[in-house]
Amino acid sequence: MPEQEPKVRAKNFNEVPFGYTPELAQLEASRCLQCKKPKCIEGCPVEIDIPVFVKLILDGDFIGAARKLKERNSLPAVCGRVCPQEDQCEKVCIVGKKDEPVAIGRMERFAADWEREKGEVFVPAKATSTGKKVAVVGSGPAGLTVAGDLILKGDEVTIFEALHKTGGVLIYGIPEFRLPKAVVQAEVNYLERLGVKVEVDCVIGRIETVDELLQEYDAVFLGLGAGLPQFMNIPGENLCGIYSANEYLTRSNLMKAYLFPEYDTPIARGKNVAVFGAGNVAMDSARTALRLGADTVRIIYRRSREEMPARIEEVHHAEEEGVQFYLLTAPTRFFGNDNGWVTGMECLRMELGEPDESGRRRPVPIKGSEFKLECDMAVVAIGAGANPLLPTQTPGLELNKRGYIVADLENGKTSKPGVWAGGDIVTGSATVILAMGAGRKAANSIHDYLMNK
Amino acid sequence: MGGIDPSAGTIDLIFQVVGKSTALLRTLNVGDNITDIIGPLGKPTHVEKLGTVICVGGGTGVAVMYPITKAYKEAGNHVIAIIGSRTKDLLILEEEMKAASHDLRVTTDDGSYGHHGFVTDVLRQILDERKDVKLIVGIGPVPMMKFLCKMTKEYGVKTMVSLNPIMVDATGMCGACRVSVGGKTRFCCVDGPEFDGHEVDYDELVKRQRAYLTEEKASMDRFTATGR
Repeated sequence: MPEQEPKVRAKNFNEVPFGYTPELAQLEASRCLQCKKPKCIEGCPVEIDIPVFVKLILDGDFIGAARKLKERNSLPAVCGRVCPQEDQCEKVCIVGKKDEPVAIGRMERFAADWEREKGEVFVPAKATSTGKKVAVVGSGPAGLTVAGDLILKGDEVTIFEALHKTGGVLIYGIPEFRLPKAVVQAEVNYLERLGVKVEVDCVIGRIETVDELLQEYDAVFLGLGAGLPQFMNIPGENLCGIYSANEYLTRSNLMKAYLFPEYDTPIARGKNVAVFGAGNVAMDSARTALRLGADTVRIIYRRSREEMPARIEEVHHAEEEGVQFYLLTAPTRFFGNDNGWVTGMECLRMELGEPDESGRRRPVPIKGSEFKLECDMAVVAIGAGANPLLPTQTPGLELNKRGYIVADLENGKTSKPGVWAGGDIVTGSATVILAMGAGRKAANSIHDYLMNK
Repeated sequence: MGGIDPSAGTIDLIFQVVGKSTALLRTLNVGDNITDIIGPLGKPTHVEKLGTVICVGGGTGVAVMYPITKAYKEAGNHVIAIIGSRTKDLLILEEEMKAASHDLRVTTDDGSYGHHGFVTDVLRQILDERKDVKLIVGIGPVPMMKFLCKMTKEYGVKTMVSLNPIMVDATGMCGACRVSVGGKTRFCCVDGPEFDGHEVDYDELVKRQRAYLTEEKASMDRFTATGR
């Protein structure tokens, strides 16, 4: 797949992979064996009929391929870009046993982009109106999937979003160079064309409670995401220039701070940046810092390469662009100047001991290994938890001890009648496609419930 | 927020032009609109009948202090209000604060009106005279709240303050508004904005508020020069 050169792309916010041309897409489609018992479908959290859409690409019916995708996946342009296909469909591809697996994700992206760019977005017919109303709280991948599924089944759907733009993590978390915001907006526009109503700037839990929603709507879906930033709680962490990844990425992605002063939100443009963590969010933060003009960007992670949670592709992109990796390293405290700005930190070297509750080997500090590193900006990307704003305002909604909503993973039902939940607010930080899978299951369960009410 | 009128369905917002956003607000005329206002956010002010309460407002902080002062009076407290500004022209809501309290004192830094000095001068006088003050609420620029709390700690009177760090989403998802209270990090947008004034790290707050002075000036200069 042709990509922007690392040195060039580390200075711009354009997408890294250029995308397939029709010739490349068809060439790749010809590699698919059209297996009688397709393993790839089993690997897909939303069970896309992969061999069929691939065959449509091979036959040159790109629009047909996009429509096939949309039967099971309401956000194919998003998933084609951000799904960890290497852990899902492509992992179990038969061709992958001897060779590179069929590039299912790249073909999905191609078909979805083709449909959008040719302006031929097909709006399928909806089932007869059921007269039932559903409130979807949160316009991230889980909420968008629930909305897309239920509107087709004939239910009335209103999405409530706390921010002023829809998409959730798709718009505030994932950078422009991995997922163009125009793509996200096109997906939401598609839902609005299907008849989904969207209310932004609505903080459910404050402007209205879930109980108040239940008086007007027949069911409520909570797709709140993992919106509580985690800090390391070490001395100096409140110095200026130290951001949670949520804040850093929200300023850059949602508020377009990378275009300051054309857009009004500022963002610190550190020259010597430290990013703590090694998940996709840490990679996104590090690569954003490069694009904002940093000379040095270091990922600082307390475990080793094997334990890094980020997609290999994202680590690879980061390394190519010049991000340095300080593994088996953890900060103990930050130093600052008289103006309250961070100037550096003290770190400790780590070694790996016995596995902890997550199953990964526990990092153990090596005594006496303290050393100092300079930095003028830092991003804490060590994870996000459950934002308590709505859950604590909703009586009867059972939460687990870490504040996540307890929900049946098979159907999304919570302990509160009429209320479903799915995505990161149930599982903790995970992926877009898993949130969508949870949304799919919840939508089926909600619709059943509405029809039997 | 300066006031509410539920029957009319309106709220009053008082603002001082400091940067681009407030400069933009000033360009609006009756009948114009902005996209949205979100609220109420954070924790509601806790108001109860305690006895004698002193409400101290400095500068634009008086706007925040006003509805709280009214609420304490309506709850049956004996309310003494102290408001101050740098100079007479910057004093706001004097009549309203008079009506919202039982005893209003006014100060100006330059002596152009009322007592010549700071709100803390008057507060000290009152605390020396009476020993029945149950609560002090202080809202204003960070240095004012800092010195006010330093003083009230000497007298051992509980003091609540209202903090105004930089905020981004205001729903607790980013941590931009984090403040140190009692050695712990709190998000002002969800845990506040009101905190125990004796526990707040004001020096840290001031520095965090100044984090974008350069960019804020650049935005304002650009707006002044080009209107965008």
